Amino acid sequence: MQYSREFLLDSYRTMATIRRFEDRVHDEFATGKIPGFVHLYAGEEASAVGVCSHLDERDVIASTHRGHGHCIAKGCDVTGMMKEIYGRRGGLCAGKGGSMHIADLSKGMLGANGIVGGGPPLVCGAALTAKTLKTGGVAVAFVGDGGSNQGTTLESYNLAKVWNLPVLFVVEDNGYAESTASGWSVGGTQAGRAAGFGIPCVEVDGFDFFAVYEAARDLIARARNGGGPGMLHATLTRFYGHFEGDAMTYRAADEIARLRAEKDSLKIFRAKVGPGGTASPGDFDAVDAEVTAAIDAAVLAAETDAPPTEADLLTDVYVSY
Amino acid sequence: MAKKTYRQAINEAIASEMRRDPRVIVMGEDNAGGAGAPGEQDAWGGVLGVTKGLIGEFGAERVLDTPITESAFIGAAAGAAATGLRPVAELMFIDFMGVCFDQIFNQAAKFRYMFGGRAVTPLVIRTMYGAGFRAASQHSQSLYPIFTHIPGLKVVLPSSPYDAKGLLIQAIRDDDPVIFCEHKVLYDETGEVPDEAYTIPFGEANLTREGKDLTIVAFGRMVNFANQAADQLRRDGISATVIDPRTTSPLDSETILDCVAETGRLVVVDEASPRCSMAADISRLVAEEAFSHLKAPIRTITPPHTPVPFSPQLEDLYVPGVPRILEAARAVMQH
Ligand SMILES: Cc1ncc(C[n+]2csc(CCOP(=O)(O)OP(=O)(O)O)c2C)c(N)n1
Ligand SMILES: [Mg+2]
Repeated sequence: MQYSREFLLDSYRTMATIRRFEDRVHDEFATGKIPGFVHLYAGEEASAVGVCSHLDERDVIASTHRGHGHCIAKGCDVTGMMKEIYGRRGGLCAGKGGSMHIADLSKGMLGANGIVGGGPPLVCGAALTAKTLKTGGVAVAFVGDGGSNQGTTLESYNLAKVWNLPVLFVVEDNGYAESTASGWSVGGTQAGRAAGFGIPCVEVDGFDFFAVYEAARDLIARARNGGGPGMLHATLTRFYGHFEGDAMTYRAADEIARLRAEKDSLKIFRAKVGPGGTASPGDFDAVDAEVTAAIDAAVLAAETDAPPTEADLLTDVYVSY
Repeated sequence: MAKKTYRQAINEAIASEMRRDPRVIVMGEDNAGGAGAPGEQDAWGGVLGVTKGLIGEFGAERVLDTPITESAFIGAAAGAAATGLRPVAELMFIDFMGVCFDQIFNQAAKFRYMFGGRAVTPLVIRTMYGAGFRAASQHSQSLYPIFTHIPGLKVVLPSSPYDAKGLLIQAIRDDDPVIFCEHKVLYDETGEVPDEAYTIPFGEANLTREGKDLTIVAFGRMVNFANQAADQLRRDGISATVIDPRTTSPLDSETILDCVAETGRLVVVDEASPRCSMAADISRLVAEEAFSHLKAPIRTITPPHTPVPFSPQLEDLYVPGVPRILEAARAVMQH
């Protein structure tokens, strides 16, 4: 493997951070401490990290309702995120947005999104900004298999193409939209749709960080160099329910156990590096311990942070009144 | 009579109309659930289980799951309604109207008028509204005034299980497009609901409390709060009438004006944002038509003019509640 030890450990650290973050949110939600609708990204880490590894501060992403992983991969502060999920004043959105609306514009993170299909048009706009202001930036929309059927998504493919925008559409096909299988809901194929709009599409194993990383590299470089939009179609899975509280009776009885055993992106990452790789199993274990401590600290900070106050209710509706 | 939840009442209304009329169909995202999946079919019955069991009785030809594509399926429901079916389409959250509004307000709402009275569009759009679920700004809105604003749409806000069943059966039998707004916090509320089918006519308000000192007009979930406030006021010797208009379009103006004529005092409770709201609409009506009867300024109780916040502390401040109704009632009584 040609990757440096530093790169391997950084990439693994981000993936492990997402996994640990989501596992803790799952546990804390079960205790009743976390309000609202929460959609967890555990199982899909290789996609967010493989794509966002190519992005820098010029670049913008738009996410979905399942947004925690994209936020972390784009560099959002995990403590600020955790506080937001707890509805605290110190959260990234001051407790006003919650899990479905975490955003940090200073990090090029244009928001998780409560509206399926909300992100792709916004990303066309972010790409237009980059193109007009010649920042060299690209914009990436993460879209679920369910979101791929939304009119706004399909319209965005066309707009990105005819305006030749520096956009990457990442279709994260985790097999389900709520309880509905993607094999049922998606007419045609993602690649066929991309071809219909004259957009190149790469199909990738979304469990394999290295496969995602390499496929995204070429599509993002192409977009950055004025070659126009691309699509990455990643096949992956979510380990938890659609949202916390989903009993998942629509899945096969052994499905999750099997996927956790065979298709865990973190285990696959370690296996690909191998025992004799530039990063050792001990290195990865050390990263795991470090990540666990960081997430423990984030949860503690969130639990002890203060909620917003009555005065906060009326602020932030407009810039000027 | 059996006690049933608001959720069961809605399910029963749909089932009984599907039995009665083969043209009634149901469609929406995960309305059955599990389509194409390896596990249980009818796994969800809608995101909160309201349509569960329908596919078992009526089959997949009449209970259609849809991809996430509101413009297309809400529009398809409008087109089907104009050509011979009687669809009950589910727009999961009212907030998602933003995705498909053209099909509702430029298409379904206007067919009859634009086509010179030669079209009928017996479409029901069931949709979930309201705050209280910690569901934040894009899943908590009370957008019914926007639908009420559109000529050609009928808008229904059931406040109890009994009303939910009777109003939904009426909606399905009605030949106009109806937006049927279900408050998400009410699904587990229980009440007496007859087993047999019955209808509640549109445009007929329900007086849930009767009194002579004060009129409170409240909508949807707010009716329950208004009732609680009225019960408390009665203990203090103030008797309030609570009016649940049940439908905002058509609106039972007559009952509202009659009650205000009798009491001379009006409080309106509306969960929608204050500008161009039902609170504003009812105030306009009374100021214009019953000004001479008013003994005190009209008071409206609404959330502030902000999106719905996520944080529980803020959301609880946002939603109008019993204390604010009591404060307003006492203020108009002292005027
Ligand atoms: C416009 C709109 N329609 C429906 C929903 C409800 N909803 C939230 S997530 C979801 C499923 C999305 O599936 P997919 O795009 O595959 O993403 P995944 O949940 O699998 O990550 C649905 C139907 C919504 N939030 N917005
Ligand atoms: Mg999906």
